[in-house]
Amino acid sequence: MNNKLVLIIKREFNAKVRNKSFIIMTILAPFIMVGMGFLIMYLTKANDSKIKTIAFVDAASLLKENPLKNSKTVEYINLTKLGADKAKVQAEKKEYYGLLIIPKHNSIEKTANTIAFFTKKTPNLILVESLEKKIEASLQHLKLKQLGIDIEKIKSTKIKSIFNLATYSGEKSSKFENGIKIGFGSIAGYLLMMFIMIYGNSVMRSVIEEKTSRIVEIIISSVKPFQLMMGKIIGNALAGLTQFAIWGIMIAILSFVALSFLDIDTGKIAQANVSIEQLEVAKEIMTKQEQLVSVISKMPITLMLILFIIYFLGGFLLYSSLYAAIGSAVDNETDTQQFMMPIIMPLMLGVYVGAFSVINDPHGPVATIFSMIPLTSPIVMLMRVPFGVPVWQIIVSIVLLVGTFIFTVWLAAKIYRIGILMYGKKPTYKELFKWLRY
Amino acid sequence: MDNLLIIKNVVKKFGDFIALNNVSINVPKNSIFGLLGPNGAGKTTLIRIINQITLPDKGSVLLDGKPLKQEDIQYIGYMPEERGLYKNMKVGEQAIYLAMLKGMTKNGAKTQLKYWFDKFEIGSWWNKKMQELSKGQAQKIQFIITVLHKPKLLIFDEVFSGFDPINANIIRDEILQLRNEGATVIFSTHRMESVEELCDHIALIDKSNLILEGNLIDIKKQFKTNTFQVGLVTADNEKLKAEIGEKFTIEDANFKSLNKELKLNIKINSENSTELIKYLNTKALINHFVEVIPNANDIFIQAVKSNN
Repeated sequence: MNNKLVLIIKREFNAKVRNKSFIIMTILAPFIMVGMGFLIMYLTKANDSKIKTIAFVDAASLLKENPLKNSKTVEYINLTKLGADKAKVQAEKKEYYGLLIIPKHNSIEKTANTIAFFTKKTPNLILVESLEKKIEASLQHLKLKQLGIDIEKIKSTKIKSIFNLATYSGEKSSKFENGIKIGFGSIAGYLLMMFIMIYGNSVMRSVIEEKTSRIVEIIISSVKPFQLMMGKIIGNALAGLTQFAIWGIMIAILSFVALSFLDIDTGKIAQANVSIEQLEVAKEIMTKQEQLVSVISKMPITLMLILFIIYFLGGFLLYSSLYAAIGSAVDNETDTQQFMMPIIMPLMLGVYVGAFSVINDPHGPVATIFSMIPLTSPIVMLMRVPFGVPVWQIIVSIVLLVGTFIFTVWLAAKIYRIGILMYGKKPTYKELFKWLRY
Repeated sequence: MDNLLIIKNVVKKFGDFIALNNVSINVPKNSIFGLLGPNGAGKTTLIRIINQITLPDKGSVLLDGKPLKQEDIQYIGYMPEERGLYKNMKVGEQAIYLAMLKGMTKNGAKTQLKYWFDKFEIGSWWNKKMQELSKGQAQKIQFIITVLHKPKLLIFDEVFSGFDPINANIIRDEILQLRNEGATVIFSTHRMESVEELCDHIALIDKSNLILEGNLIDIKKQFKTNTFQVGLVTADNEKLKAEIGEKFTIEDANFKSLNKELKLNIKINSENSTELIKYLNTKALINHFVEVIPNANDIFIQAVKSNN
């Protein structure tokens, strides 16, 4: 008997993984994902790599003390001697990226409000902003000098404060760390929802296919309908885990290969357009990278992976048995619409609760309750796990999930064994309920 | 006679609808058993109960004298009326899979498949996908899959639908050979000519009730009306007809002949036709005299009508 279940699982698994679209998706998706990532990185780099020439006419002699310094991406040319009008002609002729004109006025405030920046096309806003900051700093510098205030003293008053977040038990965290955790949790939750929907649908389609090709009666004259349904669900779950594993391994390998091939060092990108003002930012990025590594290494990765597999299997068994029941009740895929809502709703709810409640307060009542309710627990609990969930909550949630999937599988099997032999009529909920009593 | 399959007082309800009402049938060993009945009579439900696809609410099913159990599926081969196979799966692979579900080993299935593929000369189909085969070809594969595990009970629901006459003949001969080799065959069909040709026993189900069961010859005897079809050569057909009509219940008969004789069906009160022949001999020259034996079709229609 178990032998037959294994046979069915094998067939369903093979039917799934030998499917052309499965093979294409499995192989192509990692390339697309890694490729897109690197394309974006490359484009950003390429965009910045062209050196922009910016000319300036400094009638106010504002930049004498704090000259603009050339960086890897921007080069400055002083055209003060030509005067505003001639400089404009030359800048246009020589196709400079932009021309900055600082007119001379009596008050610094007036100067500040009359500075103009000319470009051929709409300028890069980030560049404009960074120029504005530099000019502002120079203006401030000038003003402070005018007022006779010691600049060094002012600088020494600047004090920064970043709170050191920690729980009472002494576990340290930071806003940044929480962000990373939310990221990890969300990816796991979304991934789970996607897998449940894609593979649940595939179970449903496979049931409909057996029904429309009319092979089902031949098979259930050899095995019990329950065995066929379970074999199908388990076969698809294994195919899903296989795909997931292949994706994980391929993305890791591809990222590594691409990184070493393209010689894109994230550190270098951070240093790409270093100017004195940006150095601080760059430093911040560097420390964030270090932080990222330390946050990830502190997260319970193994536990998360194990829980992902447990919740994937539990959630998948729960939902795909419902998908199988729906598939058995109808004759074609278009008739499934009316039954899909009750399946999609809790999945969506799980994601929304995850997106709002878990991010706001990972251990709040809403997040905690939804990570217990079996229909949403796989998604919500996975989102909570990176924040550290008490063991008893995980155990309660898993026990409830297992109990519920045993119930839904039992329920689905009752509908399934009647449904697969019913043709022609589009069933209603009332009829499905009636089948439960047969 | 030994019965391979005994169905005892089986009742099956779907909600308020009674699909089978206290049906009892005995299928003798090594027979070809016709399971007949109009659409929706309950035949398919009964077949599904034999295949353990559905369970009866009441009653029991005995195979070889023992109550039917899950392992018995390996002794049964079932070809449903609405049938099909996985379209995307290769013929050979699929046949092995279904045979293994019936409890065969992989090698056993391969050997048997090779035998049948050689017999039907279809070795080249092995690696084809089902969707590449025509409907008739697919039906052949379906037949092979049904008989592959050498079941002692074969159940065919409308086996000939989808076959052209040549292939239908091949399948019919195979079924007869399987019977000769010891298998028992249950045959569910609407095609009465194949019942006439193949079945030795029949059961007739109508509106969830068994209304007729037994040996086909016995049933025919039971249904015969002591009617004789005659051809009489005489000078005046109308006059003779009126004369005979006064003595017996008659109606016009239809059969092919060379002359324009008077053709009549004459019903008498006893089985003994001697008196009738003697009487007719005095009136005309008898060139045709045959007892009207009810065919399966007549029995079917008559039984169903009287059940209404």
